[in-house]
Amino acid sequence: MQFESKYDNRTNEITEAPPQVSEFRRIFKVMSSRWVVVFGAIIVLLLVLTAFLAPWIAPYDPIKPDLSSTLQQPSRAHLLGTDALGRDVLSRIIHGAWVSLRVGIIAVSIAGGIGIILGLVAGYFGRWVNNIIMRIIDAMMAIPPLPLSLAIAALLGGGLTNVMISVGISLIPTYCRLMCGQVLTIKESDYITAAHVIGASDIRIMLRHLLPNSFPPLLVLITLNMGIAILAEASLSFLGIGITPPAAAWGAMVSDGYKYLFTNPVLSFAPGVAVMLVVLSFNMVGDGLRDALDPRLRGII
Amino acid sequence: MAALLKVRNLKTQFRTEGGLVKAVDGISYHVDEQEIIGLVGESGCGKSVSQLSTLQLIPNPPGEVVDGEVIFEGKDLLKFGANGEKMRSVRGGKISMIFQEPMTSLNPVLTVGEQLVEMLELHLKMPRQAAEKRAVELLEMVGIPDASARIDNYPHQFSGGMRQRIMIAMAISCNPKLVIADEPTTAVDVTTQAQLLELMKDMVRRFNVSLIIVTHNLGVVARYAQRIYVMYAGRIIESGTSKDIFIDSYHPYTVGLLKSVPRLDEQRGKKLVPISGLPPNLVNMPDICAFRPRCPYATQCPGEGYPELRQISDQHFVACHIDFQGKSREFYAK
Amino acid sequence: MNSMLNDILLEAKNLKMYFPMTKGLLKRKVADVKAVDGVSFKIKRGETLGLVGESGCGKTTVGRCLLRLYNPTAGQIYFEGEDISKLPANKIRPLRRKMQLIFQDPYGSLDPRQSAGSIVGEPLLIHHLVKTNSYGDYRRRVSELFATVGLDPSMVGRYPHEFSGGQRQRIGIARALSCDPSFIICDEPISALDVSIQAQIINLLQELQEKLGLTYLFIAHDLSVVRHISNRVAVMYLGHIVEITNWRELYDNPLHPYTKALLSAVPIPDPVVESSRERIVLKGDVPSPINPPPGCNFHPRCPIAIPDCRQAIPPLRFISADHEVACIRV
Repeated sequence: MQFESKYDNRTNEITEAPPQVSEFRRIFKVMSSRWVVVFGAIIVLLLVLTAFLAPWIAPYDPIKPDLSSTLQQPSRAHLLGTDALGRDVLSRIIHGAWVSLRVGIIAVSIAGGIGIILGLVAGYFGRWVNNIIMRIIDAMMAIPPLPLSLAIAALLGGGLTNVMISVGISLIPTYCRLMCGQVLTIKESDYITAAHVIGASDIRIMLRHLLPNSFPPLLVLITLNMGIAILAEASLSFLGIGITPPAAAWGAMVSDGYKYLFTNPVLSFAPGVAVMLVVLSFNMVGDGLRDALDPRLRGII
Repeated sequence: MAALLKVRNLKTQFRTEGGLVKAVDGISYHVDEQEIIGLVGESGCGKSVSQLSTLQLIPNPPGEVVDGEVIFEGKDLLKFGANGEKMRSVRGGKISMIFQEPMTSLNPVLTVGEQLVEMLELHLKMPRQAAEKRAVELLEMVGIPDASARIDNYPHQFSGGMRQRIMIAMAISCNPKLVIADEPTTAVDVTTQAQLLELMKDMVRRFNVSLIIVTHNLGVVARYAQRIYVMYAGRIIESGTSKDIFIDSYHPYTVGLLKSVPRLDEQRGKKLVPISGLPPNLVNMPDICAFRPRCPYATQCPGEGYPELRQISDQHFVACHIDFQGKSREFYAK
Repeated sequence: MNSMLNDILLEAKNLKMYFPMTKGLLKRKVADVKAVDGVSFKIKRGETLGLVGESGCGKTTVGRCLLRLYNPTAGQIYFEGEDISKLPANKIRPLRRKMQLIFQDPYGSLDPRQSAGSIVGEPLLIHHLVKTNSYGDYRRRVSELFATVGLDPSMVGRYPHEFSGGQRQRIGIARALSCDPSFIICDEPISALDVSIQAQIINLLQELQEKLGLTYLFIAHDLSVVRHISNRVAVMYLGHIVEITNWRELYDNPLHPYTKALLSAVPIPDPVVESSRERIVLKGDVPSPINPPPGCNFHPRCPIAIPDCRQAIPPLRFISADHEVACIRV
């Protein structure tokens, strides 16, 4: 019997590789295995749908007063009753969803945009750049977010735009700190050294390598902050800084309704429950995302 | 000489998301008294898992020792129950273990002395003062300079090599019969590796213990082990004396491993002969020779199913279908 | 051809890299970690210089200094005749095309959020080596690189976690090759791989050297691997080079006591050879580079040390044409 080796000193022969795994599918699997996360996701989805389809699904005009039917109890015509000006509460809540969502998205975008860039720059360049940026952020963190946004709102005046800006600014520090911390760890990894070695510019390293790799915790923070921003807007609206009167906003509705708390509790409870449900849902989705993306983040965010 | 430890048909499985992983799939080996055994294989071949299995240190779930016996001093350890009183007195008492990374097995907030004394008090029921005196002796024995002063230091105040020496001191502190060293020198440099191996050899002679060296580095065991077991994909594929394995190696995998590492004393100019392909994925392994996809002789292989270990000389066993009639090495050398 | 071989591609002269150790709020400098303390060597075009030593001896730092990832404290680095040790940051970029690095850890050295193709192709875009907007050129070059290192070009779209360790190392090699460098620093390129995979990578590196005329600085702790792949070998101990010679001399006629000890500590997988070898077991540990021993760094562990060894740091001197050693006892 003759034995021949098939070794011919070739090294170019590996084609097999471990199976391809989709990260997206894995995340989806982890998240969908917990019912609270699924529940939260459904509520968030409902919020988005409601916000976009408000003009079509709201049974009544949310702004036009109808003085013939003020302060009605819930009935078949008005499922959640009407307010002091005779406007349908359900329609106002549906339209309010749009306000809440918009404030959430824009405030978080402002906070995320500025905070992430500041954190990226501070973490990447380090030294005095880091010192200056982080000291300013420390100072901002020393003021609790609500008084801070109150002060900013007072400074800029009322109105929805200013509310979004003030809530956004009050949320900057969290992003900046998280991003800076992420960059400081990732900066030391071999693949960043490798990027330096192939001659990548600072901007390229920051945008192409550091940013995508610090994204998972940022995504979690963005989701969690949506809830916080919506809550902050509601608080500001409740305090009367914020949306201009006829338009519907949940915070303002609670504040309008609480005068009738004993006679007509639905008036402030309904928008209150809406705020609570949405904030809770964003938190659940955020939690689920965090556990799916990186369980080690638990306790950090 | 009587066998101190006899493992028969040990099987350990892990249930994972992907399926059943037969990490250790029916291995049998024995260790005689005062013998040094080498257990060699690449990462993921089950060599460490097999050792943790004999001591019942496999976390369950996901892992489970599903079959086999581990006869130590005439008693089957697997019948003791993982956390029973008897098993605990065996672990750390009669059988002790040295790990790759000493920092993870030493408690960082206790001084080295406290940890040694605790061991002695717990297992040997020594009074405090005697234990303290013994601890200093042990550290001197493993070559810690100025032992009586350094006994009050914390683990992080020692270098990697020194920490591994402390681990060796702890391992022999309770007069064990068997020491299992799992990759004891992988985290240290070559000169330190030489120091540690010499030290362990010394300890074997001095304390009449047996030693199992688990390693991926064939060179490490060549000098010290009397007998060697080569593992691949959860099974032992070749075993024999040091000479059987290194000079008369038979299994294509063993030969491949030897041919794929450069030797310090080789005539240069020869190219290395790598083993093609990748180590197999152990999830849902079919019941064939696991090396077959990488085997250079696969086309000539007459057998089907998993080849059982067969004896080819006095102590030399191999799990290969092919009958090389002692030719395998020359054909590789081409 | 002969003049080509004698052509020196890279030369380090008295290279020093100290890292300051700071303490307290004001970052007061308390000491220097002398990671590299006066290292000189030359690398000829097309050859492989092995740099071997134990962890903490400064071999990786030497590599990073040559690449100017660190700014050396003192000394010169001549690359293709030009001193690059003091080039300002903006002049370093063109240099990156010619000098590349292969990393030890195939897991950490690839960006997990970048596809394999994009990792390999990124240098092409950075250095404008393919015409902008000519996507066809880019793709062709990336596939070509994949094939060169033995990877299936159809896998360009996969992400690093979808490859095995050996394959990832091949991706790292393809990245290093992509801008056609003349000099590659291999920093422990195989020590993180499985034994059966290591030979594949060593052979690949050797093949590429032959095919592309590359020059390597091969940094490793494993003497048998270094000896296998290198033309000449430099042995480092605690920031100094203690011996440089060709691979043959290194094994047949090692002179420095540290080299001897290092060689004797490398196990040979052969019980017959092993039983006849004498093993020199060194005493103690490598001292700290913060406070190295006076004179010859090695004297506290040296089996042949004499009082004179404590007096001065022994310089490298020629023993024969191709053999330099830093020891006063030989």
